[in-house]
Amino acid sequence: MNPVNYLYLAALLFTIGASGVLIRRNAIVVFMCIELMLNACNLTLVAFSRMHGNLDGQIIAFFTMVVAAAEVVIGLAIIVSLFRSRHSASVDDASLMKL
Amino acid sequence: MENLIALLVAAPLLGAAVLLCGGRRLDRAGHWIGTVLAAASFVVGVVLFTDMLGKGAEDRALHQKLFSWIPVEGFQADVAFQLDQLSMTFVLLITGVGTLIHIYSIGYMEHDERRRRFFGYLNLFLAAMLILVIADNYLLLYVGWEGVGLASYLLIGFWQHKPSAATAAKKAFLVNRVGDMGLSIAIMLMFTTFGTFAFGPVLEATGETSEGKLTAIGLMLLLAACGKSAQVPLQSWLGDAMEGPTPVSALIHAATMVTAGVYLIVRSGAIFNAAPDAQLVVVVVGAVTLLFGAIVGCAKDDIKKALAGSTMSQIGYMILAAGLGPIGYVFAIMHLVTHGFFKAGLFLGAGSVMHGMNDEVDMRKYGGLRKFMPVTFVTFGLGYLAIIGFPGLSGFFSKDKIIEAAFAKGGTEGWILGAVTLLGAAITAFYMTRVMLMTFFGEKRWQPDAGGHEPHPHESPKSMTIPMIVLAFGSVFAGGFFSIGDRFLHWLEPVTGHDHGHAPVSATTVTAATMVVLVIGVAIAWAMYGRRPVPAVAPRGSLLTRAARRDLLQDDFNHVVLVRGGEHLTRSLVYVDHTLVDGVVNGTAASMGGLSGRLRKLQNGYARSYAVSMFGGAAVLIAATLLMRAV
Amino acid sequence: MTAGLAAAATTTSTGEAVQFWILGTVAVIGALSTVLMKKAVHSALSLAGTMIVLAVFYLANGAYFLGIVQVVVYTGAIMMLFLFVVMLVGVTAADSLKETLKGQRWLAAACGIGFGILLIAGIGQASLKTFNGLGTANARHGGNVEGLANLIFTKYVFAFEITGALLITATVGAMLLTHRERTERARTQRELSQDRVRSSHVPPLPAPGVYARHNAVDIAGLLPDGTPSELTVMQTLRQRGQIRDVSDESLADLKALEQRSGERLGRGPAPDRGPARDQAEEEEEVTQ
Repeated sequence: MNPVNYLYLAALLFTIGASGVLIRRNAIVVFMCIELMLNACNLTLVAFSRMHGNLDGQIIAFFTMVVAAAEVVIGLAIIVSLFRSRHSASVDDASLMKL
Repeated sequence: MENLIALLVAAPLLGAAVLLCGGRRLDRAGHWIGTVLAAASFVVGVVLFTDMLGKGAEDRALHQKLFSWIPVEGFQADVAFQLDQLSMTFVLLITGVGTLIHIYSIGYMEHDERRRRFFGYLNLFLAAMLILVIADNYLLLYVGWEGVGLASYLLIGFWQHKPSAATAAKKAFLVNRVGDMGLSIAIMLMFTTFGTFAFGPVLEATGETSEGKLTAIGLMLLLAACGKSAQVPLQSWLGDAMEGPTPVSALIHAATMVTAGVYLIVRSGAIFNAAPDAQLVVVVVGAVTLLFGAIVGCAKDDIKKALAGSTMSQIGYMILAAGLGPIGYVFAIMHLVTHGFFKAGLFLGAGSVMHGMNDEVDMRKYGGLRKFMPVTFVTFGLGYLAIIGFPGLSGFFSKDKIIEAAFAKGGTEGWILGAVTLLGAAITAFYMTRVMLMTFFGEKRWQPDAGGHEPHPHESPKSMTIPMIVLAFGSVFAGGFFSIGDRFLHWLEPVTGHDHGHAPVSATTVTAATMVVLVIGVAIAWAMYGRRPVPAVAPRGSLLTRAARRDLLQDDFNHVVLVRGGEHLTRSLVYVDHTLVDGVVNGTAASMGGLSGRLRKLQNGYARSYAVSMFGGAAVLIAATLLMRAV
Repeated sequence: MTAGLAAAATTTSTGEAVQFWILGTVAVIGALSTVLMKKAVHSALSLAGTMIVLAVFYLANGAYFLGIVQVVVYTGAIMMLFLFVVMLVGVTAADSLKETLKGQRWLAAACGIGFGILLIAGIGQASLKTFNGLGTANARHGGNVEGLANLIFTKYVFAFEITGALLITATVGAMLLTHRERTERARTQRELSQDRVRSSHVPPLPAPGVYARHNAVDIAGLLPDGTPSELTVMQTLRQRGQIRDVSDESLADLKALEQRSGERLGRGPAPDRGPARDQAEEEEEVTQ
């Protein structure tokens, strides 16, 4: 087996995550799907790190994790305050971006 | 010495900037600042003049380049000044008369609370006029040309609270635009023909250029001159321009700005010399205006409008002389200078009369004022004698030369022009005598005005009389000084050239004829206005009189031909606009609206729909990248 | 752990291949169930599973530090945060998998499949036949963690500092977003009791549940006339509209009970008795 297979797996996971974002209406699940996409990216970074034989890829993956953590904190806070004001966690309910 | 030239312009320009930007804190000193800076400009002019006198006739021209204004490949325009004898004459006239009129205005505008602004505008005018006459190329001349137009507009409408003044200012500006258009077209033609605007190269290159092009340029220059100098057919603004304060009428609309057209034609003499057709048109315009202005001047009861008609007529003389070619250039300028003296003096006298008569302008309400205003009477009288050409005074010399030159043109043309100028001299004598008699002689005719105030005619303050006295000196002696020993001719000849022509009649005969028509004119006026009392209300008058009172129907003509025509054109354009243009525009708008309405459906506000578009876009981007790599 | 055996190898060990195929399948299944599970809790658990699998893959690729961080931070902290929020928000109508936007599912499927195919085609096109392995890179500074530390505190030190600022900002932001400003003074115990005495409900609110058969908190207690009283259910569930109504069922039960007792006592069914009367009588009978 060649480590390229990790890349194929990551592509698959990324696509599944993206489709989930498009399909699910629960904001929390949408958020989980975004996390899935981020993780898929991390997997590619780690796999590339191995292929190229240096650690920079892992560093980037590490930073991705940090940013993802910050993003989760803010995102979940937004979901909670949205739920408080609208009593719903559906992304379709927040459809004010139209005339 | 060259470096002083810029100072000529800089002083009044500084004055204008300081006065117009300084605000109310300068109200108390503003008129002094303006006057001192105008006088400073005059002093610089005199210094340059004495320096110039010390040099030989051929190397008197000074040149100063300030900076490159528009340095584009093949299109070089500099801010550069050229001071030769012709410019020098104008500089002295402008700054000299200008300074006198500044002094006069101190008294005349004493009770006006916007006096500071008035002086600011006057200084602005001086600066622009000086730029006009000392520019070394047509483009910079155009700057001054527009600058004097602006100053004229601002000063005619200085009392803009009067609707008539505001309208007159607008009218002057609009009519001047027509002439300015001519000048700009002329400059463009010059650039395409000669590739430059500088006086030197343009005027030298006239020999190798086709006559057609030169005629076109000449006619456009003439159009410009007509606009600025109130010549037929663009004459209609000058009468209304008398709505401005009287010092303005004296300085701008009698002595200096309106003579800019004459300057332009004389300066471009080489072009006209090489284009006889254009020259002929110039002569015709001058002759027609000469009679036109004189006839209008006969019928007006408003003292300033009568003088305005006279101005028009006198400038007609100058234009005619300038159109005669090298025979007449020098005399045109000479008459211009003497006219500057006596006409400014006459206007200042008129202003002085109005000052003492509660701003009354109707001559039928004057009468017998010589006892009340002796200084004004004497100075106005000297100006009067000068303008009608009383032997020995300025007008006699300069006008006589023009009449001689008209005869010297030769052939039928010469006879016709000579006759016209003689006729003009007779009418001039008539209307000026009329003004003189109605104002200063006869019984007093003034009545208490609506408020019960009876005017108390009185002599004006010193600040007003002194400039009048100085100008009266000029009116008396300038002509003689210039003519004796042909001083003026020798002074200007290096610039304009001169040709004596072949007069079919001798100079003495011409002078005698002039004297005869002069006496006839004065006698008729005496018979009509001196022997009989002048009615306080104007009689109905003949058809010609009534037409002349309406400025020989010039406004009616403009209204019928230009305004009506314009209105019809506008209406048809509006129709085209509404049906065709609006149809296209509205159709486009409607189709865009429909398209947008459909596109708006995509904008449903659901974040997930937008995410699909983003995701699809990302897919397309990857596809494009892969395709590019594959190719 | 076969990384770093060769400078430029073309294949990995068989063990890793086996591990990849088994765990890779698990990861894809976990991802799919994250998307497809109806309940958010299930989605979260599936995602946690996928993440643990990914952690194993990180370890297999020589990223020991990241593998551990993945388990500790992602699965341990972030996923638990998700679960907390799921608890807080509860089950909503958004959980339904029924699509409400017209064509959204088809578009999503088309885009997803197209995107996946393109990605995989792109990877397949790239010439990635050999790989270097992390042996030398890890060994240079005495280990994976040391190597990462070396990079973080030298080459990436500014990025590292900035992420610190980012984390602080995020913390403050989360506090700001979820903090609710108290706009009025908190009411004291005394005021609360006085209000209660003045209001119509001096005794405690009625309890949920009916006849001890249904004592779940989300089932409203029935009034004497058989209609459910929403007062008996807690406020949060009322706001979410998560009250289950069993009044019909209870009434049917009542009717059956009445019939049975009538049969036993030899009485015919009363022709025009409303359910409320029935219930009252029933209660009388029971007490007798």
